[in-house]
Amino acid sequence: MELTSEERAILAGERGEAQQRALEYQVEVGRFWGAKRFVPVSNVHMMGDIEVMGDGGLAWLKDTAARGARCRVATTTNARCVDFAHCERLGQNAIEVGKERELIATLRRMDVVTTDTCINYQTVYQPHLGEHVAWGDTGTVIYANSVFGARSNFESGPAALAAGITGRTPEYGFHLDEHRRGTFAVQLNAKLDDLADWGAVGKLVGESHQDYFAVPVFHGFHRIPTADELKHLGAALASYGSMGMFHFVGVTPEAPAKLPPEGMTVGDREIEAVYAGYNLGDGDARLVVFSGPQQSLLEMKRLAELFRGRKVQGSCFVTTNSAVLAQSRDLGYAQAIEQAGATILQGVCFYILQDLSPMRERNRWKNMVSNSAKIVNIIGAHRFNTILRRTADCVEIACSGKLQ
Amino acid sequence: MLRKIAVERAYGPLVEGEALVSEEGFSPRYDLDRWTGVITKHGHKLEGLSIVDKVCFFPTAKGGIAAGWAFYDIKWKKIAPKAFIFGVTNPVMVQGAVFAGIPITAGWSPQPRGVVRTGDWVRVDPARRTIEVLR
Repeated sequence: MELTSEERAILAGERGEAQQRALEYQVEVGRFWGAKRFVPVSNVHMMGDIEVMGDGGLAWLKDTAARGARCRVATTTNARCVDFAHCERLGQNAIEVGKERELIATLRRMDVVTTDTCINYQTVYQPHLGEHVAWGDTGTVIYANSVFGARSNFESGPAALAAGITGRTPEYGFHLDEHRRGTFAVQLNAKLDDLADWGAVGKLVGESHQDYFAVPVFHGFHRIPTADELKHLGAALASYGSMGMFHFVGVTPEAPAKLPPEGMTVGDREIEAVYAGYNLGDGDARLVVFSGPQQSLLEMKRLAELFRGRKVQGSCFVTTNSAVLAQSRDLGYAQAIEQAGATILQGVCFYILQDLSPMRERNRWKNMVSNSAKIVNIIGAHRFNTILRRTADCVEIACSGKLQ
Repeated sequence: MLRKIAVERAYGPLVEGEALVSEEGFSPRYDLDRWTGVITKHGHKLEGLSIVDKVCFFPTAKGGIAAGWAFYDIKWKKIAPKAFIFGVTNPVMVQGAVFAGIPITAGWSPQPRGVVRTGDWVRVDPARRTIEVLR
């Protein structure tokens, strides 16, 4: 790689051991991908909690902090595995909860801003066209690349933290023009009235084109989509297809004037087939989840409208971040959701909750119903049978106890 | 004749080990029991097999950002494989493997099918970007 004098100084240890180690690691990753140089990043978003890191990761983090590691650019954290206000009631292991507190304190010592959100792009930081950032989880990356026209690869926890410490990332993948061009076209001939419909589009397109470097170009839609709709589309594309970018003609800043030749069409029939494709098992309707990604304020408003005056039969979880939750309380949305018997969890995502498998066994949950195509896909390792339903249908299932 | 596979991209020191060849992709989060190193995802083509100390051949990488910490975690628990050999991979797998110091390669020619079978003893040489089947 071509290194600047500053980068050579860092590698020589002139900026301390923490920066040196972080840059050495980044050089190896950059070499693998054939990166020619580093690009400066202005914002970092990292995943780091005890469920994903384990004891080894926590030990490494404490050691790194002790070596003087501090983030040079604003570095925020993704959703985590414990909401301390609810961990006892959820039966999460007290020892692991203690480690999570230790982990958060260590990150703060390194000047990491523990926002604990996977919707940083809606609530914390909105990069501009062409801005290089180092983000993860995948839903944040695809939103940054596609909707803002910013530039990021999927940056895992250690890679994002290294970028925070050195203020740069290797230039490969979506930092380069050549990987940002659309590779196939998708005509949208469907109504897509609900957020779950957008996730279903992401499932259909992602499953059939699984490739980090595949970039779909959506066109032909009858109206302008909302931010929450693009959020569910992107999260599902990233989850089912491992994709990091899409274009939407007339909507996203880098959408091409000319469509790529290869194409597919998604209509109402294909969307209905997605919903019809789930095995309902024994009809267990005792777990409904609104999570993955966390809910925006406008999603909270809609849930409040749907839940107002109703009663949840089994268990229902809604996850969001502290900022959205505070505003939802001010506006009465949170109260309406909680009065219906749903539990709002702050700063977490349902699928990475510490001790989720034992929780499932204790509650004898079999099915998990959600309006998020992403969580329906990724929670499989915890052996839930998962079912995607539209938002209003999810609320109806939660309150009637009947799955259809 | 020596059976050999050329790889496009590679990281890590030279290692030798027993091959575990999969026709299905892999995620340390979706497919693996991170306490035993056994693939436990129901219906995975390697369900019930251990990746510990193996040279693992996978056609694709699955999973998201959380996989980045998982390789370090399994190395810490001493249940890591000797190397990951991917057909197609994504940045998270590479970032995770480099972070854990586990050799990783991507892109292969020819495909492993017909060249290497589970149980063969193989040598992974990242510097020369080759994989050789020794026996």
